[in-house]
Amino acid sequence: MTDPVLSVKNLVVEIPTRRAVLRPVDDVSYDIAPGEILGVVGESGAGKSMTGNAVIGLLDRPAHIAGGEIWLKGKRIDNLRADQMRKVRGKEIGMIFQDPLTSLNPLLRIGDQLEETILEHLPVSRAEARKRALQALEEVGIPAAAERLGSYPHEFSGGMRQRVVIALALCAEPSLVIADEPTTALDVSVQAQIIALLKRLCRERGTSVILVTHDMGVIAEAADRVAVMYAGRLAELGPVEQVLNAPRHPYTDGLVGSMPMASAGKERLRQIPGSMPRLGSLPDGCAFHPRCPKADAECRQNPGPTLDATGGRAACWFPVSQEVSA
Amino acid sequence: MLAFVLRRVFQSLLVLLVVGLVAFSMFRFVGDPVDNMLGQERTQADIDRLRTQLGLDQPFPVQYFKFLQGAVQGNFGVSYRQGRPVADIIAERAPATLELAAVSGLFAITLGIILGVFTAIRRNGVAANAIMTLSLIGVSLPTFLIGILLIYVFSVELDMLPSFGRGDVVDVGWWSTGFLTKSGLMALILPSITLGLYQMTLIMRLVRSEMLEVLRQDYIRFARARGLRERAVNFRHAIKNTLVPVITVTGLQLGSIIAFAIITETVFQWPGVGLLFINAVQFVDIPVMAAYLMLISVMFVAINLIVDLLYFAIDPRLRVDGRH
Repeated sequence: MTDPVLSVKNLVVEIPTRRAVLRPVDDVSYDIAPGEILGVVGESGAGKSMTGNAVIGLLDRPAHIAGGEIWLKGKRIDNLRADQMRKVRGKEIGMIFQDPLTSLNPLLRIGDQLEETILEHLPVSRAEARKRALQALEEVGIPAAAERLGSYPHEFSGGMRQRVVIALALCAEPSLVIADEPTTALDVSVQAQIIALLKRLCRERGTSVILVTHDMGVIAEAADRVAVMYAGRLAELGPVEQVLNAPRHPYTDGLVGSMPMASAGKERLRQIPGSMPRLGSLPDGCAFHPRCPKADAECRQNPGPTLDATGGRAACWFPVSQEVSA
Repeated sequence: MLAFVLRRVFQSLLVLLVVGLVAFSMFRFVGDPVDNMLGQERTQADIDRLRTQLGLDQPFPVQYFKFLQGAVQGNFGVSYRQGRPVADIIAERAPATLELAAVSGLFAITLGIILGVFTAIRRNGVAANAIMTLSLIGVSLPTFLIGILLIYVFSVELDMLPSFGRGDVVDVGWWSTGFLTKSGLMALILPSITLGLYQMTLIMRLVRSEMLEVLRQDYIRFARARGLRERAVNFRHAIKNTLVPVITVTGLQLGSIIAFAIITETVFQWPGVGLLFINAVQFVDIPVMAAYLMLISVMFVAINLIVDLLYFAIDPRLRVDGRH
């Protein structure tokens, strides 16, 4: 494996509240190789987006990085000053948000929004920036791109707007893109197109992607490796075929089991009993143990073993064996 | 776009017609001007003669129709008190009020927006909190009290600024302006602050809360995620989105600056239409009052129309039948 583009080491994010200090991200580590697509799945509140926001330095106060390190292409970035971090955003790390309807400024033409981003990060003239903006729109498949540069966001459909957002995230040629639920707000028919587009563009440029989603189908389609998060911790991390076909962590097993399959019969989908605990009231030991069919005394006392950055292991004392999951 | 403007102009005319009716009929019940005009030694014959002369003996609809007919031609009749055409009196007084309103409006808008944006960006800073606290004074103190306080401090104690009047004015055509002389400009300072302070704090608080709201939006996060400078995020992306609701309120406030000028003009003995109106009320000078009311409503309606057009300039989503 070549040197990773991004290396997250034992990242901890804390939110101090009046009652207690919450840890939405707890001891998370992963590496991303150049051109790799890492899927991050988990329920709402599992810390997926929070990890992404921490990487790009956009945590909303009072949330802050309380421990661990983030390395981007051999440079540590979690301790950069605000103005230095600003230069990393957009230029080195791009970000795509969930809702394309709200992530574009409604009062500015999209050509201007593209241009300002390009001019901010690349040493080019205004005319050159204009040309690149046009090129960026063409690459994401906007028809009649030259005319559309002068259009406002409300003149585009949802799927087209997400294409514009992708163009904006990629226009300064970052080496990593964090896509935070890029298809959740879109029409099902458009979702696959957007994922395919994102995948193709990143392959062409060798851009790595952190694809945050709660949709296992998207992961199966796009990701190379997948990280499963539960209550702020990594539950399982590994190549996507292994994790989906032979999940090791009982939580992943539950998630995979609850995916609707076209081939399956008409029996009810499996579901995981209970719901994810709130951050303020995490149980001792492994956060999943109250819902876990295999939990015993060990799980009630000690959180699962920590994952190393590259491993395909699960943070579980009693990983599911392949026979059981079949 | 043109259809919209025409529709709005038509609506505005309807509003003016109704205001005219209300104004005119209201003043019929304010009192009898003939009493004031003739003094103690009068006979019934004198009263009847004057009534006929002023047209007060005619039925109400006829009087209203004549009033409208004149108003359209800019003829509001003759002042009962001064015996001169009302249009002339108002034209003579209007520059004073308009200059005062313009300066205080400018003061309110510029300072209101600057301070609003500042307190929103530095929302936890000491300076921002101090400004917010002080702004409560502007919101809660009545205008006349602010005027009197300012006169006490800057005219009586410090003797820096004049306490009443317009100073020296220069005539430019029929317009008399205080902008061209030093004493005229000095005389503008206190009344403008008095008149604009309330609007200024109101605009500031509005801009602040709108700005805070806008700064929470996804497109601001996205602008940050693209690595734009704070300056570009605040002043290019956030401010423009803040302005739409601010313009609405500011427009209405500008109207009330002219209307509220009555109080400020009384405190500072400012020779404008507000003072004219107060004197007219004391004398039951119906033509002057009616003309003043019409003038104010024309201004309100015009400002509203301008505000609606400004929306189009700022928010592309409203240009339904756009240009492409």
